[in-house]
Amino acid sequence: MSNTSLPINPAKLLVQQPQALQDPRWVRWGLIFIAISFISLFICLPLLLVMFQAFSKGVEAYWSALSQADTLAAIKLTLLVALVTVPLNTVFGVAAAWAITRFDFVGKSLLTTLIDLPFSVSPVISGFIFVLLFGAEGWFGDWLMANDIKIIFAVPGIILATLFITFPFVARQLIPLMQEMGNQEEEAALSLGASGWKTFWAVTLPNIKWALLYGVLLCNARAMGEFGAVSVVSGHIRGLTNTLPLHVEVNYNDYDVVGAFASASILAGLAIVTLILKTALEWKQANR
Amino acid sequence: MSILLSDISKNFGAFSALNHINLEIPEGELVALLGPSGCGKTTLLRIIAGLERADQGRVLLSGEDKTHQDVSERGIGFVFQHYALFRHMTVFENVAFGLRVKPRRERPSDAAISQKVHALLDLVQLDWLHDRYPDQLSGGQRQRIALARALAVEPSVLLLDEPFGALDASVRKDLRQWLRNLHHDLNVTSIFVTHDQEEAMEVASQVVVLNHGQIEQQGSPSDIYDHPANAFVSRFIGQTNVFDLEQHDSDWLRTAGILTPDQQGKIAHVRPHDIIIEKSSNGADAPATLKDWQHLGALIRLELVKNGANGSAAHVFAEMPNDQFKDLQLNRGDKVDLKIRQAHWFH
Repeated sequence: MSNTSLPINPAKLLVQQPQALQDPRWVRWGLIFIAISFISLFICLPLLLVMFQAFSKGVEAYWSALSQADTLAAIKLTLLVALVTVPLNTVFGVAAAWAITRFDFVGKSLLTTLIDLPFSVSPVISGFIFVLLFGAEGWFGDWLMANDIKIIFAVPGIILATLFITFPFVARQLIPLMQEMGNQEEEAALSLGASGWKTFWAVTLPNIKWALLYGVLLCNARAMGEFGAVSVVSGHIRGLTNTLPLHVEVNYNDYDVVGAFASASILAGLAIVTLILKTALEWKQANR
Repeated sequence: MSILLSDISKNFGAFSALNHINLEIPEGELVALLGPSGCGKTTLLRIIAGLERADQGRVLLSGEDKTHQDVSERGIGFVFQHYALFRHMTVFENVAFGLRVKPRRERPSDAAISQKVHALLDLVQLDWLHDRYPDQLSGGQRQRIALARALAVEPSVLLLDEPFGALDASVRKDLRQWLRNLHHDLNVTSIFVTHDQEEAMEVASQVVVLNHGQIEQQGSPSDIYDHPANAFVSRFIGQTNVFDLEQHDSDWLRTAGILTPDQQGKIAHVRPHDIIIEKSSNGADAPATLKDWQHLGALIRLELVKNGANGSAAHVFAEMPNDQFKDLQLNRGDKVDLKIRQAHWFH
């Protein structure tokens, strides 16, 4: 699930080995066969199946499933969640990466470790944390009730849970890159009379922009696709607090196969678009 | 612009990088901060630039206290060891950067910027590379672009951190000469950091020798070479033979019949070229044996083994011009007599 590594450089996929050290033919073809059949079986086949099921009753049924009010509401909510969480986490990610790679402060290593927390904690637990905090029985429950603010089983809870789940993506992409780059270019800009603000826009940002976009892309994919944490805090109210992944589940449980798979096909399409963009970004970064 | 550093100290945790540094650099000099790695020379340069804050002490440029001024307001030009060119900008944009970030009312027009950048690129003889990116340049080219970029803002002080450190030997030689000439033309007060004594002697008009965060000596290259203030400077500034008279060296020197001129201490440092060699006439009693030699271009370095009682070091090094060595017709294992022409004495 979590992508914590640097982008793969597509131009350097092959580590050149001297011919004398090459594995025997049967090992090479055996490994290639295993890799390809695994991918076909567990990734390509399910993906095809999603499309197949979505269109199993024809294109018309597909469109009518998608144009249901509840489906449209789920799409809208998913977009809203992404629209709020992705920019917030972009700002947070840049700030965190900047703080970690450019300043020395007490608790820095703790912060670095904590950034990974959402990756290491089960999303369901993350959802529960918010229920414990803001739910009717939670720490702030009485106060929220008294002031008539709804967080759990409402949109704010979904946004909070998604924020939590997706906050590592941008920071995780930037930290290794900014560590590797060092701060000499920034020092050079400052010595030439640039302000800190100008240095960030003119020197730092152009250097990290591809990694930043890459992080934003992954963050967005996860924000739209998150199920576990959102499921706990959403309450599954149709047309109100169902995001697309939740909507798929609800439809499926109602034996509405076409409806479930039609919604799933949107998520699958999003995944494919993300992959294409991700590959394009990797090319761009490698050929910078 | 003159530079005055008064009582500068800097610690990194428990490590004392600079220890009460006082230094005055007159306008227009080309100064080398010379010292072994870890002596604090780069830290000192960064404190002058404002990239680092001193724990104590003041930095005055042209008599103005700049201790608490930010690097962006000090009007210095800084050339980084690894150039730190903006990798996403062309050479032209790199050099133009300092002009483009000026506040609007001071900023020159685009035409003026273009003219100035091309003039600077001409100065470093690289105008033909103006539309390239830094990663398309060689090390020496990058270094010259970095210098042009620093000069674009017309700094009153030019600071260079190990400017030739990352370059090939031949490129380094060219650039040294070039920097010297450039300084001669521009006459901007310049300080460069180096650990290479040869480089410091060749390029600088003033050399400041640092060790363990303290200034050991400041002076012209010939001052420092001819009159080293202490044993550290003497050893650091060039090869030297150390004779410790409190150890067995005095016996060896006496039995060798070597006169030590004007003895003023316990330890004598003798430069290899201050040792004169002759083929020995008295055979077995000769003070030293020729073990080997190396060609250093115009000079020959002779490696001699002390005969009899060994002192603080078993070997003595001597240097002489190539043709003089040929005239002596020495072979490996030949006994030789030595004469010491001049020594530096330390306690």
